[in-house]
Amino acid sequence: MRSIRRAPWLLVAALMAALVVSACGGTSDSSGGGTGAEAAADASGDGAKLSLVAYSTPKEAYAELIPLFQKTPEGAGVTFTESYDASGAQSRAVEAGLPADVVEFSLEPDMIRLVDTGIVASDWNQNDYDGFVTDSVVVFVVRKGNPKNIKTWDDVIQPGVEVLTPNPFTSGGARWNLMAGYGAQLKQGKTEEEAVAFLGQLLKSTVVQDKSARDALSTFDAGKGDVLLSYENEAIAAQQAGEEVDYVVPDQTILIQNPVASTEDAPEQATAFVKFLYTTEAQKAFGEKGYRPVVADVAAGFDFPAPTDLFTIDDLGGWPDVLDRFFDKDNGIVAQIEKGMGVSTDSG
Amino acid sequence: MPERASRPRAGNLTLGITTAYLSIIVLIPIAAIVARSLDGGLGTFWDAVTDPQAVATLKLTFAVSAIVVLINAVTGTLIAWVLVRDRFWGKSIVNAIIDLPFALPTIVAGLTLLAVYGPKSPFGVDIAFTRVAVGVALLFVTIPFVVRAVQPVLLELDRDMEEAAASLGATNFTICRRIVLPNLTPAILSGCALAFGKAVGEFGSVVLISGNIPFKTEVSSVYIFGQIESDGVTDAAAVSVVLLLLSLVVLVGADLLERRTRRHED
Repeated sequence: MRSIRRAPWLLVAALMAALVVSACGGTSDSSGGGTGAEAAADASGDGAKLSLVAYSTPKEAYAELIPLFQKTPEGAGVTFTESYDASGAQSRAVEAGLPADVVEFSLEPDMIRLVDTGIVASDWNQNDYDGFVTDSVVVFVVRKGNPKNIKTWDDVIQPGVEVLTPNPFTSGGARWNLMAGYGAQLKQGKTEEEAVAFLGQLLKSTVVQDKSARDALSTFDAGKGDVLLSYENEAIAAQQAGEEVDYVVPDQTILIQNPVASTEDAPEQATAFVKFLYTTEAQKAFGEKGYRPVVADVAAGFDFPAPTDLFTIDDLGGWPDVLDRFFDKDNGIVAQIEKGMGVSTDSG
Repeated sequence: MPERASRPRAGNLTLGITTAYLSIIVLIPIAAIVARSLDGGLGTFWDAVTDPQAVATLKLTFAVSAIVVLINAVTGTLIAWVLVRDRFWGKSIVNAIIDLPFALPTIVAGLTLLAVYGPKSPFGVDIAFTRVAVGVALLFVTIPFVVRAVQPVLLELDRDMEEAAASLGATNFTICRRIVLPNLTPAILSGCALAFGKAVGEFGSVVLISGNIPFKTEVSSVYIFGQIESDGVTDAAAVSVVLLLLSLVVLVGADLLERRTRRHED
């Protein structure tokens, strides 16, 4: 009796499971379409709902940029959902299906990932600014008054100087930092081997490897470390937030370039928004938040110091090559340095 | 165990629902991780889990988790005892505080610990970015497990036995060792197992305060995160599978021990 009864019950259970699974599928489908429906409901004006997915630091800038856009004819009635997190995580989320109409990342490889998967058009960088919407440089954030007198890359790796830079395998910012240090050595006439040795020194002096640039800033703010390698805009944001820090722009540093794009399936308002980001008004707003405007006329209105030896990632071979040579998690130069630390250091 | 055999069997509907639910919530995702970890074949899996840096994080994670669980076994039991047997002012508040680490987002826990025991510590205690800090963060997030496992058992514990022993001249120590502890052991074990499981996978509270220096203070969850962020999802899955397996061994081991101690009671 029991075994006869069991079969239908198990069948019911299996059916229920199937129902639950299909219901889940259905929900996520309809929520995908739901944004469209909501957008239609919003379209009492001629608005749309745009999903902005960006890396963590430009949040404050967009808080000003979005209302400015909404005041323009193209932006009237357009509403936004915003999401900010580490650049790589955001790029992966969009790749995995997070709906996005406008994307901005810390570094180009995160955009290329979406180009490769067909989410962003391959001609995304065909504008006067190669698809980059803001610039910045790698700087030394130091304690107020620069008590350890850190001015050059050599000062950073002096014994007794505690360095903070995020984990190069989780943070785009950390990759910019290390490439700035590496390129600075080449600019000073060092060989590639010497520059790699410098990276080794730098990582050995690093006392905390936070997972993102933002976390590293809060660690520095919590009192740890003598010098924090960071984006210039983060240093400026920290000062604007009233934190007791100074920053030094080294003579040799790297030009950080942040890419923006609208996605293939985005409504036309997304393209309009990206265009708007290059207007004088928008670039000025970026500038006030510490980013270097890419539009030369606007940048001229700000007083950003010009490093004597400013270089780009392309001078070091371009991102695809750099990622392969330095940041491959198994054989990259940086991975090798970190694995070597397990052999040579044993304190803890 | 005649008592168990005579118990009515679980209904087939409830069994079906349990199976379906467990499959959807637990089994399918875990199977997906295991499948993913074998994407590159067994060789790749082996390379991923024997990478010196990965091994260093696994050692640190399990060593610190084990120490944390041992501390929890003692302090958790003590706290449960105080909460059940002692009367004092503010007891219900203390009772509520035990669960607070559960309610707090772990990243907030990390920030809080950094503020209190970091470079700007108001007490002058700076343990941030050391292995000790990893342990403190894990102690913080695992505190409820043993306490909440032991508490109900203590409440149910028949005090007649203790009184009888006392009347026969047993010292407090003997009563504790021969009567109280044996009754609590299964609960302590299951609390420890849960705490261990939570500790080995903990990310949020540890990532801020540990410093994440490879070979020194980097725990496995942070290492796994780094692998994912450098497009090493397969390697990340492989190390996760090792974490899962070792945790499973501990959980099953605790369960077996628990049954053995229960059987001794009978």
